[in-house]
Amino acid sequence: MSRPRVRLPERAKVGEIIEVKTLISHVMEMGQRREGDKAIPRFIINTFTATYAGAEVFKAELQPGISANPYIAFFMKVPGPGEFEFTWIDDNDARVVEKQKLNVA
Amino acid sequence: MGSTMVDFRSPLDRRTFILGGSAVAALLPFLSRDAAAQAAAQPWEDAIKKIIGDNKPTESRLTFELPEIAENGNTVPFTVTVESPMSEQDHVKAIHLISTGNPQPGIATFHFTPTSGRASASSRMRLAKTQDVIGVAELSDGKFLMAKRSVKVTIGGCGG
Repeated sequence: MSRPRVRLPERAKVGEIIEVKTLISHVMEMGQRREGDKAIPRFIINTFTATYAGAEVFKAELQPGISANPYIAFFMKVPGPGEFEFTWIDDNDARVVEKQKLNVA
Repeated sequence: MGSTMVDFRSPLDRRTFILGGSAVAALLPFLSRDAAAQAAAQPWEDAIKKIIGDNKPTESRLTFELPEIAENGNTVPFTVTVESPMSEQDHVKAIHLISTGNPQPGIATFHFTPTSGRASASSRMRLAKTQDVIGVAELSDGKFLMAKRSVKVTIGGCGG
């Protein structure tokens, strides 16, 4: 799990609804495949959360039906100036945290 | 099936009773495998039951953007949206997505807050074969919405 990419609008106004697009690389092994006679265990990102100015805005619980290198996009009604904190957690409890300030005009 | 009122006056009702509820469970070992599979709930039905309990979802306001034909089932882009004012009093708490044709029914659950502004999320899903995708939305007043979309899959995802 690495290289998270986040796309925010260049600037936003208070009260405006913006779309936030995120992408991270991960194999998202669904736990159904076999390699010879060995089952390949499940290994996926199971949780993605987005907080803004310390408050949770959006959360996704991912299941094996989500594709590898999960792309997740969602919306936020800009409450004021602040910083996003995005967290991806996988089945090994590995965490990737990415922070990004929103440019509020 | 199950807890229906039973009237023993007609032979038909007696038959209904014998085929109903626990009688089926008792008979399961003696039925053919196909009949047993039909009597048991599909995993995706259980998944929906787990979300909605005994509630009756309404079929409205939930829309999918999903291709009608997915050439590659490994990565099918989608957007799911529920029309909602997204206010403190009236908002969408979650949207659950369930596959009826994958080995495991779970796709994802998206949780929203009034700060979301729009109850909408996009991602990419795996579809093992041609099937229906079901969306269930959970509203702040405890009600549920449901919608279904069929997708034709040319090359299945999930690694065969």
